[in-house]
Amino acid sequence: MRFEHKDILDMESLSVQDITMILDTAEGMKEISKRPVKKVPTLRGKTIVLLFQEPSTRTKSSFDIAAKRLSADSISLSKSTSSIVKGETLIDTARNLEAMNPDIIVLRHPSSGAPHLIAKHVNASVINAGDGIHAHPSQTLLDLMSVREKKGELQGLNISIVGDISHSRVARSNITGFTKMGANVTISAPATMIPRGIEALGCKVAPDMDSCIENADVIIMLRIQKERQENILFPTEREYAALFGLNAQRLKLAKPDVIVMHPGPLNRGVEISNQVADGRNSVILDQVTNGVAVRMALFYLVAGGSRNADTI
Amino acid sequence: MLIRFKGAHIVDPGNINEQKDLLVKDGLVHALLDPGAADPEPGIDTVDVTGMLLVPGLIDLHVHLREPGHEYKETIQTGLMAAAKGGFTAVCPMPNTSPVNDNAQVTRFILDRAKAAGLSRVYPVGAITLGLKGETLAEYGEMKQAGMVAITDDGRPVENARVMRRAMEYATGLGLPVMSHSEDLSLARDGAMNEGSFATRIGIKGIPNAAESIMVMREIAIAELTHARVHIAHVSCEESVDAIRHGKQRGVQVTCETAPHYFTLTDKAVGDYDTHAKMNPPLRSEADRLAVIKGLQDGTIDCIATDHAPHSPLEKAVEFDQAAFGIIGLETSLVLSLKLVQDELLSMETLVEKMSRNPARFLGLDNRLIPGNPADITVIDPDRVHVIDPETFVSKSRNTPFAGIEVKGEVLLTMVEGRIIYQREI
Ligand SMILES: [Zn+2]
Repeated sequence: MRFEHKDILDMESLSVQDITMILDTAEGMKEISKRPVKKVPTLRGKTIVLLFQEPSTRTKSSFDIAAKRLSADSISLSKSTSSIVKGETLIDTARNLEAMNPDIIVLRHPSSGAPHLIAKHVNASVINAGDGIHAHPSQTLLDLMSVREKKGELQGLNISIVGDISHSRVARSNITGFTKMGANVTISAPATMIPRGIEALGCKVAPDMDSCIENADVIIMLRIQKERQENILFPTEREYAALFGLNAQRLKLAKPDVIVMHPGPLNRGVEISNQVADGRNSVILDQVTNGVAVRMALFYLVAGGSRNADTI
Repeated sequence: MLIRFKGAHIVDPGNINEQKDLLVKDGLVHALLDPGAADPEPGIDTVDVTGMLLVPGLIDLHVHLREPGHEYKETIQTGLMAAAKGGFTAVCPMPNTSPVNDNAQVTRFILDRAKAAGLSRVYPVGAITLGLKGETLAEYGEMKQAGMVAITDDGRPVENARVMRRAMEYATGLGLPVMSHSEDLSLARDGAMNEGSFATRIGIKGIPNAAESIMVMREIAIAELTHARVHIAHVSCEESVDAIRHGKQRGVQVTCETAPHYFTLTDKAVGDYDTHAKMNPPLRSEADRLAVIKGLQDGTIDCIATDHAPHSPLEKAVEFDQAAFGIIGLETSLVLSLKLVQDELLSMETLVEKMSRNPARFLGLDNRLIPGNPADITVIDPDRVHVIDPETFVSKSRNTPFAGIEVKGEVLLTMVEGRIIYQREI
């Protein structure tokens, strides 16, 4: 089987076979990170541009490490260091990048759909590293990888997602990704954070957090953005923690072997208690490790890896 | 000079709906003749329009001609060329130019430019408040003397209800109608398309129906209080149609318009972040689209306007949430509206009411095709099938979501006061 996608823009455009192939490839990549010399020559001579028009040290580092482990040349461009100055449009930026002949462009952008726009104007592969409140496919793939690793399979699992669904690209991509792989997704949040028509993505909306996580195999907690408070989404962090925070007491409602995930960074004491974040059910650090492996797999596959010799 | 339009089916609501020949003399409708009747006098030029529809000239109550201030998007000249090509013999440009049309000098400038263009008639709409800021009333009296016909802060609502009350009272004293851009900005804030499952799916912040209907209800309440004539612009959703229907039933002097995109498309047209489908109010759900059609059928919606809003690619070839709101419409309005007739949702007569008679009433004009009235007419070729091609547009801008769509019907000829201002090359 070949991986036929030029770009990775969202989870909707990936089939079950595509996702399985990415996860299988990522497992192989993970092994590289455990070697004493964590580098293979697979993408030597390839250029990967990391274009982050929105700050995110974590995601950017993860993509950067992934590129380096495959021996690609990665360059980082951000709003301040590049020619992305006021007045230059995203299409201008795309054309300028294209003139540098990159093989892959990783884009993080505050506007939903920006990677789609860029992808139409460049020959390079575009990987969406998070666009607006739309999609964050590499995060979802690493979540899928982490769950598959711990649970063996994805089919039939109960996945609970709790937090600001309205403003979360992780939530949207995860709902699409997990349901596509046969899991049941239930979400919960204050009603101010549930966007209209979210059920159309295939999830259920639980009336409260307790019923959301009852019998959960996986709980994914989302970060509460304190700066969104001006939008009047909930009265106080105290009340949010009481109604929608994951603590040890509440965790008992889920299955005994439930795993707890979080895309980070954590607001300890708000959406997740210290005890749970650092407890035995938490796989938050495994997610970070898998993030590098998944991103290596994506680079490898969009660069034509499945069409070339196995040089891992 | 005498012209005889021969063989057309004339549709003039409440007056004629049959095959007649129309005789134009010295800029006026001169006579209506039975088919085959002899010329009443010598020296008549005959235009054979057999098989065509002939209607009183179309009037668009809501256009943006962008001049003064944004001539790179459209000028009065190019906007009026587009109007003529679309079959419009009169248009009402909105005041959100730069400078704003909030004083008599700007009103006169617009009318001077329109006169120089010598195409469709122009009835400028002035601002409700100075600079569209929602604070101080503009000098409606002096502007009216200069030729202004109605007031609106279109592009923005008048946020403060007390200012709107005073504007309606003051305008009523001068016999001016008030057009409302109905939008609660606190609800619409940050939104770039219709709120709903599609917006949620593609991660675009939504504008709820209530952002519009709440303001429609407010305007009706204030009109009821002040006995003003209020006209709701670009109605897009079911709740607004309902509110207007109830307002009319109570006897409030409320009229309204919708635009072809609201009965032709839904929010799904945004598709893969197509900024050509970004407008304000946004394209709504299928239920809203059907409610708009229902409103046209039962008379709740009086007019079809275009909200012709030209933008250059600079404003549209960007991220969806960064793109400007608005689409052009003058050259596609009639053909998109004819689809309602072809689908038997509206009669041709009702369509002419929405696009000509009711807008004329709003402006206080008598545009019936009776002897002595100005010869403002539009001749439509109802059968010509063609594909909408923005490259053929005479507007300066190309921002339309209708490119590539096959339509049936086209304007053949537009005449203002006996002068042919547009004629399709055959
Ligand atoms: Zn408006």
